[in-house]
Amino acid sequence: MKTKWKASPYLYILPAFVLLLSFRLMPIVMSFVISFYKWTIVGTGDFIGFENYVRMMHDAKFWQSMTNTFWMVIMVVPASIIFSLLFAVLLNQIKAFKSMFRIVYFLPFVTSLVAVSIVWKIIFNEQTGLANTFLGLFGIQPQGWLSEARGIFEIFFTSIGISIPKWIAGPSQALFAIIIMTIWKGLGYNTIIYLAGLQNIPKDYYEAAEIDGAGRFKQFFKITLPLVSPTTFYVLMMTTIVTFQAFAQIYLMTDKGGPSGTTNLIVYYIYQKGFDAQDMGYASAVALVLFIIILSLTLLQKRLEKHVNY
Amino acid sequence: MNEKIAKTAIYAVLVACGLFMIVPFVWMISTSLMTQSEFNKHDSVFIPKETYSVWNDGAVQKRIIHVTDEGDSSVVHILNKELRIVQEYVKVPKSQVSVIRKVPSLHWENYKKAFTKVPFATYFANTLFVSIVSLIGVLITAMLSAYAFSRMEFRGKEFLFVLFISMMMVPEPIYLISSYVLLDKINWLDTYQALIVPWCVNIFTIFLFRQHFKSLPKELFDAAAIDGCSTFGLLWRIILPLSKPIIATASIFSLIGSWNSFMWPLVMTNRPSLRVLQVGLSYFNQEASTQTTLLMAASAFSIIPILILFFLAQKQIIASTAKTGMKD
Repeated sequence: MKTKWKASPYLYILPAFVLLLSFRLMPIVMSFVISFYKWTIVGTGDFIGFENYVRMMHDAKFWQSMTNTFWMVIMVVPASIIFSLLFAVLLNQIKAFKSMFRIVYFLPFVTSLVAVSIVWKIIFNEQTGLANTFLGLFGIQPQGWLSEARGIFEIFFTSIGISIPKWIAGPSQALFAIIIMTIWKGLGYNTIIYLAGLQNIPKDYYEAAEIDGAGRFKQFFKITLPLVSPTTFYVLMMTTIVTFQAFAQIYLMTDKGGPSGTTNLIVYYIYQKGFDAQDMGYASAVALVLFIIILSLTLLQKRLEKHVNY
Repeated sequence: MNEKIAKTAIYAVLVACGLFMIVPFVWMISTSLMTQSEFNKHDSVFIPKETYSVWNDGAVQKRIIHVTDEGDSSVVHILNKELRIVQEYVKVPKSQVSVIRKVPSLHWENYKKAFTKVPFATYFANTLFVSIVSLIGVLITAMLSAYAFSRMEFRGKEFLFVLFISMMMVPEPIYLISSYVLLDKINWLDTYQALIVPWCVNIFTIFLFRQHFKSLPKELFDAAAIDGCSTFGLLWRIILPLSKPIIATASIFSLIGSWNSFMWPLVMTNRPSLRVLQVGLSYFNQEASTQTTLLMAASAFSIIPILILFFLAQKQIIASTAKTGMKD
């Protein structure tokens, strides 16, 4: 039998709809519009067409922040995937203390980025930080970390007496410190997602492999890795999208994206342009570029998802 | 035997990685209990210790602060409580002077100092107020719209739902600038409503509730409708009691999300009296940048409420994260 509804369904949707329309859809559209204006904090702006975009193409700082962001994504995402998969696979093989390990791994994910950024800023302090104390255990010289603008590959090769060209110097050590911290923060989330993915692999596969005499490593590469690939794909996409949006780390751990702008990431640059320089039109144009990147990634994910799923 | 080695190796790796995950927290706590000079001296990394020199000339033990080497002997300055030199002794045999490291002296007063140095009580109150009011908003808007999306037929339903979901894909930094312009236009900058109203809707919660409502048996609704239960009555009296676990899950994630939210309140408010905890903490990070121990104490107490929530509900939080991939 068909249920007869007395009140209009639209009335039920209305509160959520009004809020989403005013505080999501409208700002998204406005962001697009403002990017064609010269817009300062107060009042309305002047229409200047594509000028903000043209300016962006020639803005060295924009390109630097883009490059930094790409370094960040390229280093955070694979490391996060490898470590979280490793954790998950190992956790999946034990019984005792399993939930304790899960809690410990998940802890950084639930704590606020602001608080842990402060802690990591102090960890990377050149004189008193834990990072240099740890390196000292292996006889490694104290590093500059957040104050070091030289690239990590440059530092490494210089230390063994090889000089390398500037363009392969790599992300600055300061950005590398941010990268370590960012991996740490998101690892627990990815581990939990992987653990769930591993639960979906039928146990008989492993039993059959065992009978056939396949060892642990063979089982991992022949069964686990292929069958967990939908999860890997999800983790890959989520981590990429989230890493593109890193902001609080930069705000709290660095001196305005320094040293020499080597830790300035795209979202921090949007913030700087929009609120420090009060150049909201330009900031919106940069935001739109970020939007296009994230949108393409999301669409790519939707397209590819069908092929990856089993 | 082989199995045993493998298990040991697995645990070794897990413990090593676990240490990497937890050591920053442990260090945060231990640093927060040191005095600043202790921390700067960097004598002990984890356990707060007090280091001082003692001169024992056989008759009486004297606590001193300042020892200078001079060839085979030492020059010893005896200091009073205000750290002023009261006496000087030269040619003290080195064997009589020793360094004592006392364990542990925990400086809990750092927490009090950090808490009162800036109005953290206000920041806590603001955060709690904003989190709870927006949680109520999120639950109401999600309940109502998810009910319509899951149990009603109407024109444009598919379109509206896709519109909702696609807005979920747009991350906050994209509309931060334009939201600022918008809130400026409606004179909401630097108000509580700027922190609350835009976050009274959460698309993921709508999605979650819709999935749950769909899973409830259809017969239940038909029976209730026959008994003359109104549409809203159905939601209030039948669906709500059946949705307690999912409401709890959504509430926990909403609370964690708004407790930790930073960028939005940083941009949208300016008045110190309106600062939420994360914003207050970030200002404290600038103002007290050299007072490491106080910063650590402040970081520690700012995460305590979330830690308590996490430990109380960790099973549920981890299970729902695994199930839904919920991100905040």
